[in-house]
Amino acid sequence: MSEAALSRLKQQFGAAILETSSSFGDETAVVDATRWKEIALFLRDDSKLAFDMPIDLCGVDYPERSPRMEVVLHVYSTSLRHRLRLKARVGDDEMNGAELDSLVAVWSGVEWLERETYDMSGVTFRGHPDLRRILMYPEFEGHPLRRDYAANRTQPLIPYRTESEAGVPLEKLAPFGPDEGMSFGRNPHLPSHSEN
Amino acid sequence: MEPLDIDLAEGELELPSEPMHLNLGPSHPAMHGTVRIVLELSGESISKADVQIGYLHRGFEKMCERGTWTQVFPYVDRLNYVSPMLNNVGYALAVEKLCGLVVPDRCQWYRMALGELARMSDHLTCTGAMAMELGAFTPFLWAIKAREMVWDILEEETGARLTHSFGRIGGMAKPPTPAFKELVRGTIPRVLQLMNECEKMLLKNRIFLDRLENVGIISGKDAIALGWTGPCLRASGVDYDVRKAHPYLKYDEVDFDVPLGKKGDTLDRFLVRVEELQQCGRILTQICDRMADDGPVNCDDPRYVLPEKQDVYTTIEATIQHFKLIMEGAKIPKGEVYSYTEGGNGELGFYLVSDGSGTPYRVRIRPPCFQITNGLSRLITGRMLSDIIPIFGSINMIGGECDH
Amino acid sequence: MGEVTRTVTIEGNEQGFATTKLDALLSWARKYSLFQYPFVTACCGMEFMAAVSPRFDIARFGAEAPRFSPRQSDVLWVVGTISQRQAPVLRRIYEQMMEPKWVIAFGTCASCGGFYDNYTTVPGLDKIIPCDVYIPGCPPRPEAVFDGLMLLQDKIASGDRSPGVVKPRQDPALAKSDLVTLRTSAGRAE
Repeated sequence: MSEAALSRLKQQFGAAILETSSSFGDETAVVDATRWKEIALFLRDDSKLAFDMPIDLCGVDYPERSPRMEVVLHVYSTSLRHRLRLKARVGDDEMNGAELDSLVAVWSGVEWLERETYDMSGVTFRGHPDLRRILMYPEFEGHPLRRDYAANRTQPLIPYRTESEAGVPLEKLAPFGPDEGMSFGRNPHLPSHSEN
Repeated sequence: MEPLDIDLAEGELELPSEPMHLNLGPSHPAMHGTVRIVLELSGESISKADVQIGYLHRGFEKMCERGTWTQVFPYVDRLNYVSPMLNNVGYALAVEKLCGLVVPDRCQWYRMALGELARMSDHLTCTGAMAMELGAFTPFLWAIKAREMVWDILEEETGARLTHSFGRIGGMAKPPTPAFKELVRGTIPRVLQLMNECEKMLLKNRIFLDRLENVGIISGKDAIALGWTGPCLRASGVDYDVRKAHPYLKYDEVDFDVPLGKKGDTLDRFLVRVEELQQCGRILTQICDRMADDGPVNCDDPRYVLPEKQDVYTTIEATIQHFKLIMEGAKIPKGEVYSYTEGGNGELGFYLVSDGSGTPYRVRIRPPCFQITNGLSRLITGRMLSDIIPIFGSINMIGGECDH
Repeated sequence: MGEVTRTVTIEGNEQGFATTKLDALLSWARKYSLFQYPFVTACCGMEFMAAVSPRFDIARFGAEAPRFSPRQSDVLWVVGTISQRQAPVLRRIYEQMMEPKWVIAFGTCASCGGFYDNYTTVPGLDKIIPCDVYIPGCPPRPEAVFDGLMLLQDKIASGDRSPGVVKPRQDPALAKSDLVTLRTSAGRAE
């Protein structure tokens, strides 16, 4: 449906569009991270594209790849009723250089989405007016949606009560042992996706 | 005793005029327990507002990376916990898009029916709670009474009042019960009648109207740039409903209207929801006429769909298939997909990345209220303190969904 | 509440009076006039709404008055998941409540964290504040809620302040310890 959008994008930006693909009716363009904002502006302002609504922005972590973090943006056009997925790949193994230009000036709705991506995946957005954590508290360290953040590593804000204070057992009993029931996925310290 | 008329310098007679900081929530009754708004007030008007969410962040996306694709359903239920069935259907459709599955007609109608019932429950709760927060307790009781009727149907079908976990990849957990259509046909008029009474009570109430009209106005253009969808966007006059714009399931075969607002104020958002309730009723009646009474509900695809229980106990093939599907999970083909449906609050999207294994590599939800809550500070800045309550009530922020 | 199994009629010039223990009377009064603070965060709030509304009607148990000020309330209902970010808020609210105070964990998440065993969820509110009654269910049905509420009422009536441990319910009609003893001039009524 938005094949035309892809070709228009390629025609306009040429080498800055690194890859394009189209599967399940979703058109995807992987773009050069340095031209992220420029491309977004074009998507919004070009009359044949007219992507006026930011749908979603998130980070997907691929620790074995370099650049490691894939920032995925979905946009929609309410007038032309088409969609596009835009991706930029940023950050090395240690997530150094995971930076992108902020798109708040393009679509005001990405403000919180960028804050969330920063909070959860650790991508910094240059020029964002108020880049703070949004879902986690300021004292939280690390970025929980990176693959290497153990799912059950908690960082309590206030110390838990001890059993002697409480006078009752506080240990939460597991419904089953670590190797029972689930053959994979349940052990939080292992990567949660096993081999294919 | 000191004289009361002590001499004061001219400047001291003035009341201090520094802005006052006020912390609204997170345990404020109208903040749904999960939002904190830090306000800078000058007098009673708001000069700055910082909306802070995240008090109900439960790590949905991280939890999904730990189980099988099917084990995501219970988590999905608890995102928008006012209309869990819509989330179930949305997620099931996303995974099926990735697998290339299309469920049988009967299941599509069934999913639509359950989804519309959930939408009714969503709008009933929202309108009722909004009226209650403005001090009108009786409409809330009526709305909850109507919601109980809807929940009775859902309980009859799924066995659970609220968190159904009823969707499955390639079908539903159970086929419709024999009395389903009768139940729906019998209940809908009662629900709508209750809602009509409720509407009459509220829309002739001067206080209620005064607090909603011309409060929290947002233009269609701003709403689009903020990424608003659903009833809140339609109240601003933008005709975007996923069910009409990109029909999924059988929405292109039923006849219904998409109510639009004119001004985009709080009253419009309220009225759009009330009108959508009537449209849900219309859709449900048509579904009852069109849905077949028998026929398969689940896809006939052993890679994703569990075999019949009877076969599991009697044949070795079905036992092995069942074991593989439960222990390893359905293997979803490698790829990524974005699938979107109309949730209670707007476009509910799922962006799924699969690496070909039985566990999702990444499940990303696009919660409609996240974007809508993003616009909240813009709506309340410059308004009076008391306007926060109707505005916040009308955007129907659901903690589980907004905070993931 | 049990059935009334016996009545004492005082006739003619006979005079009578009732004796009770002050503690017992106070507990009895407290048990049926619980002011609650609903700390509603998540999904369970939907069922809490249902429990308050006419079909189930929590008012039958003398606990219908919500007070959104912790200083005026007796029972803290923790309804829904407590995230790490929410934990300091919850503790502060608990500390602001006046004695005597009770806490009900409504639903699995509040009781033990439920299936959110992860970086952001507190595994049960008893890690932060003492808890009197745990109501299981995700979310619990209103019937389960009322069972929990009645357990709390029993606990209040018996003056039991031990945390977390709830004795099995006992039918008050069968209970040996009578709250009120009626005496008449003819002797102890039986």
